[in-house]
Amino acid sequence: MPKPFSLARVSILPLMLALLSGCNMVVMSPSGDIATQQRDLIVISTILMLIIIVPVIAMTLYFAWHYRQSNTAAKYDPEWHHSTGLEVAIWSAPLAIIIALGAITWVSTHKLDPYRPLERLDAARPVTEETKPITVEVVALDWKWLFFYPDQGIATVNEMAAPVDVPINFKLTASSVMNSFYVPALAGMIYTMPGMETKLHAVINKAGEYEGLSSNYSGDGFSHMRFKFHGLDQAGFDAWVARVKQNGTALNRDAYLKLEKPSVKEPVRYYATVDDGLYQAVLNMCVREGQMCMKDMMHIDMTGGAGKESHGNKAKLEHDNRHAADEAPAATFPETGNPARSEEPAEGVEENPATTNHDAHQSH
Amino acid sequence: MHRAAYETILDDPMFGDISLTQFIFGRLTWEAIPYHEPILVVTFAVVALGGIALLGLITRFRLWGYLWNEWFTSVDHKKIGIMYIILAIIMLLRGFADAIMMRIQQAIAFNGSEGYLNAHHYDQIFTAHGVIMIFFVAMPFVTGFMNYVVPLQIGARDVSFPFLNNFSFWMTTGGAVIIMMSLFVGEFARTGWLAYPPLSGADYSPGVGVDYYIWGLQVAGVGTTLSGINLIATIVKMRAPGMTFMKMPVFTWTSLCTNILIVATFPILTATLALLSLDRYVGTNFFTNDLGGNPMMYINLIWIWGHPEVYILVLPAFGIFSEVVATFCGKRLFGYTSMVYATCVIMILSYIVWLHHFFTMGSGASVNAFFGITTMIISIPTGAKMFNWLFTMYRGRIRYEVPMLWTVGFMVTFVIGGMTGVMLAIPPADFVLHNSLFLIAHFHNVIIGGVLFGLMAGVVYWFPKAFGYRLDPFWGKMSFWFWQIGFFFAFMPLYVLGLMGVTRRVSQFEDPSLQIWFVIAAFGAALIALGIASFVIQLVVSFLRRDQLRVTGDPWDGRTLEWSTSSPPPDYNFAFTPVVHDHDSWYDMKNRGYERPLEGFKPIHMPKNTGTGVVLSAISVVLAFALIWYIWWLAALSFIALIAVSIAHTFNYDRDFFIPAETVTATEDAHTKLLQERT
Amino acid sequence: MSATQVHDTDGKPVFYLKDEHHPENSTMLGFWLYLMSDCLIFAVLFATHGVLGRNYAAGPSPADLFDLSLVAINTAMLLLSSITYGFAMLQMERNARMETLVWLGITGVFGAAFLALELYEFYHLIHEGAGPTRSAFLSSFFTLVGTHGLHVTFGIIWLITLMVQVKKHGLNPENRRRLMCLSMFWHFLDVIWIGVFSFVYLLGVLG
Repeated sequence: MPKPFSLARVSILPLMLALLSGCNMVVMSPSGDIATQQRDLIVISTILMLIIIVPVIAMTLYFAWHYRQSNTAAKYDPEWHHSTGLEVAIWSAPLAIIIALGAITWVSTHKLDPYRPLERLDAARPVTEETKPITVEVVALDWKWLFFYPDQGIATVNEMAAPVDVPINFKLTASSVMNSFYVPALAGMIYTMPGMETKLHAVINKAGEYEGLSSNYSGDGFSHMRFKFHGLDQAGFDAWVARVKQNGTALNRDAYLKLEKPSVKEPVRYYATVDDGLYQAVLNMCVREGQMCMKDMMHIDMTGGAGKESHGNKAKLEHDNRHAADEAPAATFPETGNPARSEEPAEGVEENPATTNHDAHQSH
Repeated sequence: MHRAAYETILDDPMFGDISLTQFIFGRLTWEAIPYHEPILVVTFAVVALGGIALLGLITRFRLWGYLWNEWFTSVDHKKIGIMYIILAIIMLLRGFADAIMMRIQQAIAFNGSEGYLNAHHYDQIFTAHGVIMIFFVAMPFVTGFMNYVVPLQIGARDVSFPFLNNFSFWMTTGGAVIIMMSLFVGEFARTGWLAYPPLSGADYSPGVGVDYYIWGLQVAGVGTTLSGINLIATIVKMRAPGMTFMKMPVFTWTSLCTNILIVATFPILTATLALLSLDRYVGTNFFTNDLGGNPMMYINLIWIWGHPEVYILVLPAFGIFSEVVATFCGKRLFGYTSMVYATCVIMILSYIVWLHHFFTMGSGASVNAFFGITTMIISIPTGAKMFNWLFTMYRGRIRYEVPMLWTVGFMVTFVIGGMTGVMLAIPPADFVLHNSLFLIAHFHNVIIGGVLFGLMAGVVYWFPKAFGYRLDPFWGKMSFWFWQIGFFFAFMPLYVLGLMGVTRRVSQFEDPSLQIWFVIAAFGAALIALGIASFVIQLVVSFLRRDQLRVTGDPWDGRTLEWSTSSPPPDYNFAFTPVVHDHDSWYDMKNRGYERPLEGFKPIHMPKNTGTGVVLSAISVVLAFALIWYIWWLAALSFIALIAVSIAHTFNYDRDFFIPAETVTATEDAHTKLLQERT
Repeated sequence: MSATQVHDTDGKPVFYLKDEHHPENSTMLGFWLYLMSDCLIFAVLFATHGVLGRNYAAGPSPADLFDLSLVAINTAMLLLSSITYGFAMLQMERNARMETLVWLGITGVFGAAFLALELYEFYHLIHEGAGPTRSAFLSSFFTLVGTHGLHVTFGIIWLITLMVQVKKHGLNPENRRRLMCLSMFWHFLDVIWIGVFSFVYLLGVLG
């Protein structure tokens, strides 16, 4: 009986291989050192497990065939149901593999911890004292990405660049709901969450244009929450920074608050200047006038709260309902075709978003 | 603008701020009926016409009384088990329709095309697909089998709490009704099947979708928890004399472990969803971003339920495979003891792995590594089980009836899913595979290849027991091959896409090189559709040919007690309580000269049917509907009704009766005659 | 089960019982399992309070809000009600219907007093602007204590129902079993309350 089954699989195989050779498996051939090490782990663990998986599948198919009812030549022993030796073997074989894998897991999880600063640029080059990393502060907005470059004093939307072979220190947060920052060619993903900061350390080793995306579902515009990640040589990166400075506008708090409103397919935007402490304010959910910052709230809480006469603080800490005033009551409800949040486009959204990075932003 | 639900109470007419219509209907308006959505209108028309036709037929053949008396109000575990499975099959069709819609959307939404589903619609579909397949297909399917088979396998006449069993079933059905309602009144959640906050919070999902989700699961969850308690008590207290724990059939063992998991996890889900609903209805700050709330806590809590849930589904399937493989190899199960220990180890370990669902949330390396390694350890007992089935086949004499085909298909398919599962358990590898289509392929690989194949094997295996005739083998084999081949076509491309960096829940794509893979996956889904169609045809054909397929008590040369009684079994299951000497007790009885008793029957004490379960569940559905639409007066009324009916029920002390000895004698004589005719 | 004969006098195996088999009653086990599942709900609420209990959102803390002497009286009410329930059970063992009813009634009164004090406390807090929406700490406080209060409410409704049933049908086996179940439920709520009192109130104020 298993025969047609295995035949079916055999006939699919060449087709699959032909297709596979034609596609770009970015996870299996990445361009950043972290992603490369993660790829290696996938390969090693697969090989280790195949040691046990292949014999199991082979034995299943062989036993299924050999002990079929019509094969009366096969030995039949209806009472045979125990063998200590075999039992020891079937528990210890997977155990051995898991011990090996467990050791690899423990070591690699620590080595590739996204919070851990890089120790090497690739297999051949360690990070030295002179290596100067760049810092990028990432904010996941509905539904676009905002990147702050604190050292360069610039910011961009839906486009990111980094010099090749320079460690990148990411600090990440989000404005409203959870997202996940993922550039498959660069490194594994990490969640971005409002009011919290996660970290990621990575390096890109090959120049090129790569896909970046949100990999954690975040609502209506999620499918289009993509950006281009440019790996550039140092000169190229400097030119890119210069271009942003030249073409960009100012990112102040008002501009941020407009940008932060939900919008889909936002074009690339450049900001030549950024208000002091804007990223910190975003992280602490206190960009709006009169809001209390999370870190201040936490400080008060650490010291035992603000007492009974602190009613005023509640409104200063409300963040989630910040778009409430923009909408008609229950505008999204129930099936009106509107997205879950305000349909009002963020400033500068066009029907057919321009693909280039012209200066769409106007201050007001 | 969102306001906490309680604020609308303040707006009610007593405070003079709101119209009478709003008082009566809450936030329910004509706008809630999606008459402008062609897909939904057509679906509604089909469902409505089908429904009217069905109701018409029932009326035409005067079946209402029969259905009400013999089925809906029945406390017989066998009938309740069958009703659970019917519910699961109906919901499978709904859940699969969602799957097909997603596959088509993803196969065509390229090159700037939006596909045929906008994000608003697509997001509801993937949420509904996950919720329905887990809660209203897999769960009732599994519970149905446990209900049907466990009392028969342990030689009992019913479960410990027969009324509770009926109530549990109707609560599960009530949950399914609430979820189905969202299709035609309002909308369903657009949050993914676990509704992570803050996205599922009041401010980011103000509509009724998440409320449908919450109340659908809460109502069904009551049923699930109570049915878990019921089955544990049954297995612990109602076993036939002589059946020690280590003489229980493996399916009963896996059922016991599953029900312990249910009782020890579903309350966590209930509490977590209750906190989410407080956030949504009262305006509390459990999972909000502001005022000290912590969304990460929800993610932890929901997975503390969610991971054991995976084993709740797969353990009974493992039990089914164990029964099937021993029966069709004509051989004792290899390593019964290690099978039992493996089951228990899996049960315990399933509690300490939940964090592997969110390695990417940024816990420390040691925490991630700990949960990664505990996850891998689960593969050891699972691997041992796999070897046990393998060595049961060794030196067996395998009859390739349809259940055995599903089992061999499972063994080959499941190991691949197990392998990719261990890959995902390595945190750094998970960083590049998490939330990708690789993950989707992995869990469909284990849920279809493990759970669903097991359930299909179980249907074919126990169907003759339940109805007295076999299922047609030709269509059974068709169903198996379509499912098996369709599975590979549908999900192997998703593994590839995952390695191409494609993530889940995306409705439109830019990279044209991906399209071919989605087209292959859609083709696979079409094959699976043929597999489901073959299964339905199998049921119809078998019903039509039932006289040729008729069997007596023991069609497969079975090994456990359920095969010792007639098919279908009498209401009381066993005229005399069996005494057990071996875990393959029926095999043992056949071997050592058991003679079926032909006289000396006594009156049998049985529980009476009751309609209270149906009534309570119906009121719960009304209560949920009222809460979803903020119809506060109705909510209050139905809540009071719920309590009143429950109390009234406790005033009924007349809950049992005796089947007279003459009736037992007549039933047993009829079976004797049938046995003689067949031999 | 162990007493069952597995072989008859001729040494042939016995495969079925000739007499009716009466499995042990499962109600107590089943109810205990239910209590454990309920306990898990409280476990989640306690854990939630453990995580959120210090998130005052720049608002009032337990030290600002809790009146420990009121809570102490409250605790006494519930503990006394447990003792009186115990007396009711003793009377039930003696088969004294009237006395059982009286003690059940007293239990109910203590339970109601507990609830009244708790409602007063809630009203007072909300009046001060420290309602459940003020901060995550208050959300988890109101939910944990409120869920317990809700259980006590249902316990009282159940108690009244049972009193009517005992009055009507006497101390028959069904009613005894129900009284046993309610007894487990009532003492269970007591145990939970001790947890609430220590972890929420005492540790809140002291810590």
